[in-house]
Amino acid sequence: MRITCPLCGERDRREFYYVGDAVALNRPDPDAGDVVWDDYVHNRDNPAGVTRDLWYHESGCASWIVVTRNTITHEVLETALASDVKEATS
Amino acid sequence: MRVAGKGLVDCSKPLRFLFDGTSYQGFEGDTLASALLANDVKMVARSFKYHRPRGIVGAGSEEAGALVTVGSGAHQDPNVRATVQEIYEGLSAQSQNRWPSLGFDILSVNDLAAPFLGAGFYYKTFMWPKAFWEKLYEPVIRRSAGIGALSGLSNADRYEKAFAFCDLLVIGSGPSGLMAALTAARAGADVILCEEDSVFGGRLNGESLEIAETSGQDWGTAAIAELSSMDNVRLMSRTSVTGAYDQGTYGALERVSHHMTQAQGKPLETFWRIVAKRAILAAGAIERPVAFRNNDRPGIMTAAAVRTYLHRYGVAPGKAVTVFANNDDAHRTAKDLVAAGVHVAGVIDTRTDAPDGQGYPVYKGAEVCDSAGRRALESVSFRYADGRVDKLQTDCLAMSGGWNPTVHLTCHMNGRPKWDGSIQSFVPTEGMVAGLEAVGACNGAFSTHAALLQGNAAALTALGDLGLKTIAQDVPDAEDAPYRLKPLWAVKGKGRAWLDFQNDVTVKDVKMAAQENFRSVEHMKRYTTQGMAPDQGKNSNVAALAVLADATGRGIPETGTTTFRPPFVPVSIASLGAGAQGKGFAPERFTTSHTASVERGAPMIEAGLWYRPSYFPATGEKTWRESCDREVGYVRNAVGVCDVSTLGKIDIQGPDAGAFLDFVYTNMFSTLKVGRTRYGLMLREDGTVMDDGTTARLGESHYVMTTTTAAAGPVMRHLEYVKQCLRPDLDVNLVSVTEQWAQFAVAGPKSRDLLNGLLDTKIDNENWPFMACGTVSALGVEGRLFRISFSGEHAYEVAVPARYGDSLFRTLTSRAEAMGGGAYGMEALNVLRIEKGFITHSEIHGRTNAFDIGMERMVSQKKDCIGKTMSERPGLTDPEREQLVGVKPIGPVKQLTAGSFLFKSEDSAVRENAQGYMTSVGFSPEFGTFIGLGFLSNGRARHGEQMLMVDHLRDVVARVEICDPVFFDPEGGRVRG
Repeated sequence: MRITCPLCGERDRREFYYVGDAVALNRPDPDAGDVVWDDYVHNRDNPAGVTRDLWYHESGCASWIVVTRNTITHEVLETALASDVKEATS
Repeated sequence: MRVAGKGLVDCSKPLRFLFDGTSYQGFEGDTLASALLANDVKMVARSFKYHRPRGIVGAGSEEAGALVTVGSGAHQDPNVRATVQEIYEGLSAQSQNRWPSLGFDILSVNDLAAPFLGAGFYYKTFMWPKAFWEKLYEPVIRRSAGIGALSGLSNADRYEKAFAFCDLLVIGSGPSGLMAALTAARAGADVILCEEDSVFGGRLNGESLEIAETSGQDWGTAAIAELSSMDNVRLMSRTSVTGAYDQGTYGALERVSHHMTQAQGKPLETFWRIVAKRAILAAGAIERPVAFRNNDRPGIMTAAAVRTYLHRYGVAPGKAVTVFANNDDAHRTAKDLVAAGVHVAGVIDTRTDAPDGQGYPVYKGAEVCDSAGRRALESVSFRYADGRVDKLQTDCLAMSGGWNPTVHLTCHMNGRPKWDGSIQSFVPTEGMVAGLEAVGACNGAFSTHAALLQGNAAALTALGDLGLKTIAQDVPDAEDAPYRLKPLWAVKGKGRAWLDFQNDVTVKDVKMAAQENFRSVEHMKRYTTQGMAPDQGKNSNVAALAVLADATGRGIPETGTTTFRPPFVPVSIASLGAGAQGKGFAPERFTTSHTASVERGAPMIEAGLWYRPSYFPATGEKTWRESCDREVGYVRNAVGVCDVSTLGKIDIQGPDAGAFLDFVYTNMFSTLKVGRTRYGLMLREDGTVMDDGTTARLGESHYVMTTTTAAAGPVMRHLEYVKQCLRPDLDVNLVSVTEQWAQFAVAGPKSRDLLNGLLDTKIDNENWPFMACGTVSALGVEGRLFRISFSGEHAYEVAVPARYGDSLFRTLTSRAEAMGGGAYGMEALNVLRIEKGFITHSEIHGRTNAFDIGMERMVSQKKDCIGKTMSERPGLTDPEREQLVGVKPIGPVKQLTAGSFLFKSEDSAVRENAQGYMTSVGFSPEFGTFIGLGFLSNGRARHGEQMLMVDHLRDVVARVEICDPVFFDPEGGRVRG
């Protein structure tokens, strides 16, 4: 599997550390309530199809990257710096 | 026997090799198979289950008969295909699965017992008595069935892994692959051409055919010469592409020195990961055998293999060769042999409209129905449609049931091939692997001309996709005969007819699977083990499912295929794991004091990948405890020195560094004064403790964080995550400096005296109080000094650039020794911190939170931080949770053990009654007894309670008293001294 790091270019997936769904970017407010926090910390979808994951370019530039990919076809559809994605949404 | 004037082997370079101890001669360029056939050695193996004599079936990597063991001792390599193994001077190969010898094999009695040994026999025959299965039946079956054996010794050979990148990967160098490579390379594309064989050319080397009015071999040689002269082409022979993976990644196994007497420093094998923007599969096709009674006798092989031995190796596999065919292609074998002066006994063709012979008889409309011969073929019987049976004396039968395209790689990403009735086989479904196109025989295009056209067309498509300029190519003229075939999978009749030679699966076995309702092809495979041998069914899959289709009354396309998975050929685990054997699996990280510690005789223990001294033995000490007690005494009474460089060090800078730390730590760091250090607690977002450590503020916007040794990597990753994913608004930068600084703890009442002997500006309690930090100059070297303590004593940590670490450690320890102290190791460090109730990852082990370790007040109420919200869930502050406590023995048994459980004195020591558990123990010289830390339900309210500590594994039962986790100097006066 190959992932395109926005800073380093296309690299082997062995350079990356996988953490899970990019929903982790959407950290709730401290007073958002138990349900919201429980959902944020524990609940993840497991779709057959398009997902957005967080990958860490640990053996590279140390960027956290939002990777949009298809779990059926294994296509990597888009990659973006997590900091850019976060700043654009907040 | 050799055929004069034929073959690509170098007759001027004879080589001697051994097979089962007998010495034979071959030539450079021979495989073990061709050299054995040249020496008229027909029987080379015993079969898997029935121990029947077996010979060489094919000439390629899909070989189903001739598996041998090469080498001996630690270099022993079992299940080597004789058709792939090139000979070299001194090669020694052994036959397998026979005892005492290949010729006389005791277990060949299995063949007589065949009626009882059909598919699944062990589930039926050996069911009773039940207890016999594990003790008797299975071991006996396992010993009698099988192929080669491992040496049992550690692998002594060297393996490599490598990476390559290209515009176009061409897999296979037959006519279609060569044409594709030429077209792409001439247009300037970066091309990698992989060929399994030691020479390029594929079928061109095994056939007598013309391309562009020259011989196919010569055309191929010229093409390779042109390709090898181009800088944008990489030619890789002896390299099997083993698998297709995501985003144009391909695995490939290069057999680097299997063909060499001495590796000359080269690895045995290299496993490649090739990343290709486009790929062309030109893998060719594999000729399929026909199932008939006794079709597994040595001397019976595929028709194309016979041609390969003739043209490529100059070997005739028999003196009187018979061809058995259902297609025109196989007639070439007879033609080529006759042209080379080899006697052809006849061609037996199932078709009444078969072509006439050219110097040999053709028996039309007949099927071979049996073979005879003791250890090798002596005659075949064939039957006409009217039932008349005739016999031919022959020592080699060249059979052909048609060709199966080598579709494997196109199916590696869950694709399924489609049935093509015109060739009676499966062909690739387009687009199953993105960027990969199949051409030539593996795409069902069997004529040479069609292969050249497809190779060229696919290369042009790839060039277009890559945005490269294309140059129109003339595709040379070549043979373009139609592929005429009448399907024949299994000749009807009594007796056993083999489908899978390697796993001894017969037509009967497949039919029995169907009878017993294992009708799905996947079930049939598992019931009979057909296709599960090293050749993975390359010789038998299509025929087996044709037989299954017939037995179940379905068509072949409805029956379908089993799943094709990587690897295409067997790949050694050693090559996949190259570089990760032994120490390569867990590289060693050494501190700057490593050499000095080893010189002092310290046993080194692993801490992750780091190595740290356990203790420093002194003359006369008999046990580690004596050393440990002495070292604890250094710190409590004089001064001890310990390398703490393995702790993670993260440099944090930027105007928002304080705000950032406030967010990752539970407590406040933005309020920390410059020149001061603070202990910090870090949580995971779920409220569990992640790590702890001290962070020093060296400047207004400059902090240095220390992490535990174990969590250095994960904490760095976490900090980057928080910075990039959660708080990109903060202006802060992080860098790991763990390896840049050598850091030593200097601990004990005389620590300041020791340091003042080194520091260029002396320190005192006023200018360098507890938790002070800053830059210092030690013996002219600029370093950092932190007044922090992990022992409860007046202590410092001094850091210098790593290149000064060795010298500073030696200086500190020798000066400490002069002051009645010295170096201390991990054992002493552990005792010192347990006496003070300081936690490590034994306590913050991933299931404890701030409340459990008694630090809930460290979670600041003035701000948000990672893990704060979730740590406030009611369940995480329930008093019944297991809380950190101290434990000391009060009964006759003084030993405490980590991992043991705590029980109420009146309860029986069973799991349901466990109230808590021990995490750390150590022998305290201060108290003259073991002390320990543990977690106990509602523990903080139970100080003074007497309990039982039970270690069921080590059989230790001790009466203990629960106490405060801080055993020593609870007021903390010593640290400020």
